[in-house]
Amino acid sequence: MEANFAALAEAAPRIWEGLGITLLLTLGGALLAIVIAVVLGLGARLNNVFLRGICRAFIEFFRGTSLVVQLFFFFFVLPQLGVDLPAMVCGILGLGLNYGAYCAEVVRGSINSVPTGQWEATTALSLSKTQRMRRIIFPQAWALMIPSLTNYLIHMLKGTAIVSFITLADLTYHTEQLRQDTNTFFAYGVSLVIYFVLAYILTLMMNGLEVQAKHKLGRGDSLRETLSLKAPETTVAAEGGRG
Amino acid sequence: MPTTTEPETVPAPATAATVPAIKFENVEKRFGDNVVLKDLNFEVAKGDRVTLIGPSGSGKTTILRLVMTLEDLSGGFIYIDGEPLTHEERGGKRVELGEKAQKQIRKRIGMVFQQFNLFPNMSVLENIIEAPVHVLGQSKEEATARAMELLESVGLPDKADAHPLELSGGQQQRVAIARALAMDPEILLLDEVTSALDPEIVGEVLGILRHIAATTDITMLIVTHEMQFARDVSNRVMMFDGGKVVEEATPEVMFTNPQHERTQSFLHAVLGNAEDQIGTR
Repeated sequence: MEANFAALAEAAPRIWEGLGITLLLTLGGALLAIVIAVVLGLGARLNNVFLRGICRAFIEFFRGTSLVVQLFFFFFVLPQLGVDLPAMVCGILGLGLNYGAYCAEVVRGSINSVPTGQWEATTALSLSKTQRMRRIIFPQAWALMIPSLTNYLIHMLKGTAIVSFITLADLTYHTEQLRQDTNTFFAYGVSLVIYFVLAYILTLMMNGLEVQAKHKLGRGDSLRETLSLKAPETTVAAEGGRG
Repeated sequence: MPTTTEPETVPAPATAATVPAIKFENVEKRFGDNVVLKDLNFEVAKGDRVTLIGPSGSGKTTILRLVMTLEDLSGGFIYIDGEPLTHEERGGKRVELGEKAQKQIRKRIGMVFQQFNLFPNMSVLENIIEAPVHVLGQSKEEATARAMELLESVGLPDKADAHPLELSGGQQQRVAIARALAMDPEILLLDEVTSALDPEIVGEVLGILRHIAATTDITMLIVTHEMQFARDVSNRVMMFDGGKVVEEATPEVMFTNPQHERTQSFLHAVLGNAEDQIGTR
């Protein structure tokens, strides 16, 4: 066992680097995903049949194709077509497009879940469609979409493990290396713990966002008040939904 | 194309006094196969306070929602100050107006809802100044000053920074009234504004509306089950049944000597339950 920890200590700088890659992919992918999700989620609600069709097709395509195949396509096929993208860009693109398509449905669903009375009040006050969405509907939908977005964020973190297929030396890649110096149980055990800790930190951060968003809508304490107590009450719900 | 337009379909150039604030012309509203309003014609003069009464499903709330453009008009025309609201007749055809044109007219109309519908992502003050600032282009200072006046007049000057959900139902409805008035509407639509409130609080909201009715010349179209309020505030009552006007009269006549059998049975049913309350209020 001591030998294992010695090997771990030796591998630590590389694992640390891998962790950086994993986090960069997760955060980069998440940022791209949320932008795509909002654009497509809003687009899928348009009256314009053509634009709505494009958005729907986009969502269905990226939801309906495998992430691994998408990554391979970006990394191995695009260069043949003359588009040579760095592995990291391919990874972020693949993750962002794939999860963005899923999250677009979350955005769309949450927007549709804002009570009719809120929409009607904006009409009664003559707000424009843009004002209505930006100032009234979206801020309310945001609080509704956070729990589902948290789920997808955790999924994405774990989904980054496949990028070693496109030559990126992420956390999984380096723990795989560690396995050669130690044993299967130890290396994958270390890997499990690191992913879990990362996922838990992300969950806590998203819970913080949710508490804040709900507080803005007049439901529940502020983040500061919540932190001064024990754990946020939303933790339970978010953990229950984790895949 | 030779026009054979009938004289009354052309918005006649008339003096301000004779142009009705609201005019329904052959209005039809269908929800699928269900015809809610058919061939409905009526006018509301400027400054009128008209109460619509009738059983649920008679189409009275639909009328308010049509005026607020919350429902699509299936047929006919609605004119506000003589100008078409959503559709107009162009070259003998019924054409829907563009969003911009509709908005220009819509700005003159305000509505208070049964469920208040305050924006929960904003404070009370922000709720009130939202549209004046972003639709009418008032400065924040100007809109805030006016909002504070309005909050004063609805008895909630200390609630400006409160969150809507911290308020009682009656207080929320008073904020909603202030929010509608902040747009300086020419027409105010009140859709069962006390139906969601505890009986104890109904009085405070109606008191404020009575005050507004007494101190402004806003045209009001009211749907309510509060017959005493209808009697105090309105100068005209219209009884609806099955999407048609069954009877129309001053409140005095309507509530003491209704002519139509349907009105009699409706008022008997409604006032029979509410007689005690009317006596005490």
